[in-house]
Amino acid sequence: MSGRLEARGVTHMFGGLRAVDDWSIVLEPGELVGLIGPNGAGKSTVFNLITGVYRATRGSIRFDGVELVGRRSNRIAACGIARTFQGIRLFKDLTVLDNVRVAHYVKMRYSLMEALFRTGRYHGAEDRVVGHSRELLEAFGLAEYAAERASSLPYGQQRRLEIARALATEPRLLLLDEPAAGMNPNEVGRMMEFISWVRREYRLTVLLIEHQMRLVMGICERIQVLDFGATIAQGTPDEIRNNQRVLEAYLGPAEEGE
Amino acid sequence: MRAIQDLLGRRMPRRMFLLAIVAAGLALSWAIPHGNWVNKYIQMILVFIGINIILASSLNLVNGYMGEFSVGHAGFMAVGAYMSSVLTLKVFHLTGPSALFPVAILAGGLAAGLCGLLVAFPSFRTRGDYLAIVTLAFLMIVKSVIENIPYLEGASGLVGMKRLTTLPWVYFWMVLTLWTLRNFIYSTYGRGILAIREDELAADIMGVDTRRVKVLVFVVSSFFAGVAGGLYAHYLQFISPRSFDILKSTDIILMVYLGGIASLGGSILGATLYQVLMEVLRPGTFNQAFSWLPDPAFQWLSDRVFSHLDVWRMMILPLLLILVMLFRPRGIMGLRELPIFVPLRDIQERRKPGRGGEP
Amino acid sequence: MIDLRYVLQQALNALQLGSIYALIALGYTMVYGVLTMINFAHGDVFMVGAFLFFTASVLLHLPFVPALLFAMIGTAMLGAAIERIAYKPLRSAPRVSAIITALAVGIFLESAILAVNPYPRSIPQLLPDTTWSFGGVSFSLLQVLVISLSLGLMVVLDIVVYHTRVGMAMRAISWDRTIVPLMGVPVNLIITFTFALGAGLAGAAGSMYALAYPVIDPYMGVMVGWKAFIAAVVGGIGNIRGAMIGAFLLGGVEILVAAFLPSTYRDFVAFSLLLALLVLRPHGILGKARPQKV
Repeated sequence: MSGRLEARGVTHMFGGLRAVDDWSIVLEPGELVGLIGPNGAGKSTVFNLITGVYRATRGSIRFDGVELVGRRSNRIAACGIARTFQGIRLFKDLTVLDNVRVAHYVKMRYSLMEALFRTGRYHGAEDRVVGHSRELLEAFGLAEYAAERASSLPYGQQRRLEIARALATEPRLLLLDEPAAGMNPNEVGRMMEFISWVRREYRLTVLLIEHQMRLVMGICERIQVLDFGATIAQGTPDEIRNNQRVLEAYLGPAEEGE
Repeated sequence: MRAIQDLLGRRMPRRMFLLAIVAAGLALSWAIPHGNWVNKYIQMILVFIGINIILASSLNLVNGYMGEFSVGHAGFMAVGAYMSSVLTLKVFHLTGPSALFPVAILAGGLAAGLCGLLVAFPSFRTRGDYLAIVTLAFLMIVKSVIENIPYLEGASGLVGMKRLTTLPWVYFWMVLTLWTLRNFIYSTYGRGILAIREDELAADIMGVDTRRVKVLVFVVSSFFAGVAGGLYAHYLQFISPRSFDILKSTDIILMVYLGGIASLGGSILGATLYQVLMEVLRPGTFNQAFSWLPDPAFQWLSDRVFSHLDVWRMMILPLLLILVMLFRPRGIMGLRELPIFVPLRDIQERRKPGRGGEP
Repeated sequence: MIDLRYVLQQALNALQLGSIYALIALGYTMVYGVLTMINFAHGDVFMVGAFLFFTASVLLHLPFVPALLFAMIGTAMLGAAIERIAYKPLRSAPRVSAIITALAVGIFLESAILAVNPYPRSIPQLLPDTTWSFGGVSFSLLQVLVISLSLGLMVVLDIVVYHTRVGMAMRAISWDRTIVPLMGVPVNLIITFTFALGAGLAGAAGSMYALAYPVIDPYMGVMVGWKAFIAAVVGGIGNIRGAMIGAFLLGGVEILVAAFLPSTYRDFVAFSLLLALLVLRPHGILGKARPQKV
């Protein structure tokens, strides 16, 4: 019960296209691992496979021993896995607070009847939800926006809100999809500190997809590289930095005399 | 953050206040017909407003709060109407007011709710436009089934129900509907509904059991449509498959979007506006209203303008809706709620840091 | 024992009905392709077409072709006017608002026609009673006219959409509405044209419907409209050839059911079959799933 992810031989086909090819990974509890690769390498597809958006054509993904392949997304969330999205998917017309409150569905401790009759149990649970949501917003520096519509937030705050919302489910594994997309070097630096802090503070295992190499090299303990759906390298940032295959994947094959 | 003591302190007075209003309303709904405080015609309008509120608010749950596009509401109404009528006519053989009337209405609602279950399942896989077709098909199927069952008197219609629907009963069921919907919406289930409207996929990934929520929404919504159908049947004392066709569904949709989506206050507004406009825009009303005018002028108006109203009034409602859509695409009260429906907890939220002052 | 001649006769009826549905379904599908909007007023535009045809042929005593043109041009103008007044302002509003507006426009048209004409009208016999016999199956002039005219119009539409620059612009807009204006395409004009085109076809459909099933009333567009919409979806909404396939399928199913079952079952069975088809192929026969990036 600690947040260990183990994927083995995961393959996913879209018709004839092999988007993910025999992918495997082991994430030990508490690790911060990066997933990189050129565009279209299948990284987001991997996230979608883990969270149940797609059902892997072949292979197994186990989280603390529980098989995820074939489970519905909300059941996977209940197992303790949360994620953010490449293009932010907040609930735009809802308030910032409500965005976080929604994610407490997995933790619902009362039945519909109790909601309808507003029992003490209902009120207690709802107060806890509001309390927990406010705490998260405080911790993420979003408390002042609580009553604002999520779509009115500046970009950087929206990214933070997405992470806050994900944390509302009290996950053990957090999947971050390009958390620093579109950010300038200053913002990237802050996001790096932020992610490290979140991982420490909430005792999470983190798998992140990112194109900003500074972030990946800076905070990831381990990196896995995908190209055309297959793993082409795994290792520490230093190992990856100097890996010939990785360089070729990003820059193209080496030419004569280079 | 234990503000419960504080909330309770505020909650009790608020509860008492609401209870007092509801009780006053009930007393009023009994007194008006009893003492004929207004004429029978206006009493009828009140009854229809009440039924419309039940229809509009229950449809708002599916179309407004959850963002789906259901056109089958009249079908659920039909199920409730026929179920309750068959019970009072052929099973209970009611001849006058009876304690079995609410039972019949409840049965109608339950039957309709069961049908809502049937429509919920296709909604798992289909997008908005396709769901319109599913609900339309459901409507057609209900209509066909009724027409083909001799026991239900088929296309010629069921007649002979006693006028068991009274203003107090309509009021009672209306309050029940609003109370249930309000408590459903302002709960974790309810926020799941909104999340589905905003982004179903993200909602799923954030842990919302979208299937369960959809089922609940359709069942609750159709249950109350069935209740409305039963009340309707026992007021008009005549129902036929034609009373519950696509035009009826469209009328209810009109009420919902006129008043405002995702707003109980909006549904009350839409339902009331609809009925009032339908009734008010008649030659008779205008003749009475302008009777003080000197004769030649009045005669001219009456002949040239008012007498045509009967025919032109049907055009005013859609025109009004088009105007509303142009300026307020979500309806007059779209996405905004009457404070009286909003729980203290959510009002508090708007009072927090930076907001200050009373809500 | 199924009589082949009977089957062929019914096939002819199905073709006739399907042609009319097709002309209407095309309007739905073109508008959806270009704006991703369901024009629920379309069925009522069809109804207006029928009434325009009635006005031209019965009240103004025009012969068939001028009456038909009168109806088609009238509905085309109506379609364009509706688009400019009611839909254009809502381009950036939530999609549902536009759909609801369309619904309201439809109701408005129904009420307007009802206001000027409260009673159903019957169209007297306009065409000579000529029938031909071929292998035991009889073809009436009416059937031949309706089917060939409709098919002719569909061919014309196909040419316009796939072989002219206007059509190319229409298709371009259906792929990507934001980029196209940057290429110098007058998007608003093309969209209005699309509406007018679809409405004109609906006007033709209305005229032929009036000829073939000679009672018209202000609410005739409601059921026909919804059925044509379903036909368009079944064929794959946004796809022109799909709309035609869906429409003929619907016509076929309806006639088939009417031939073997009591009339009250007709809509029920037709709808159930189409529903089943949608469950099996949620995007319609020729439809493509619009991929969603996650």
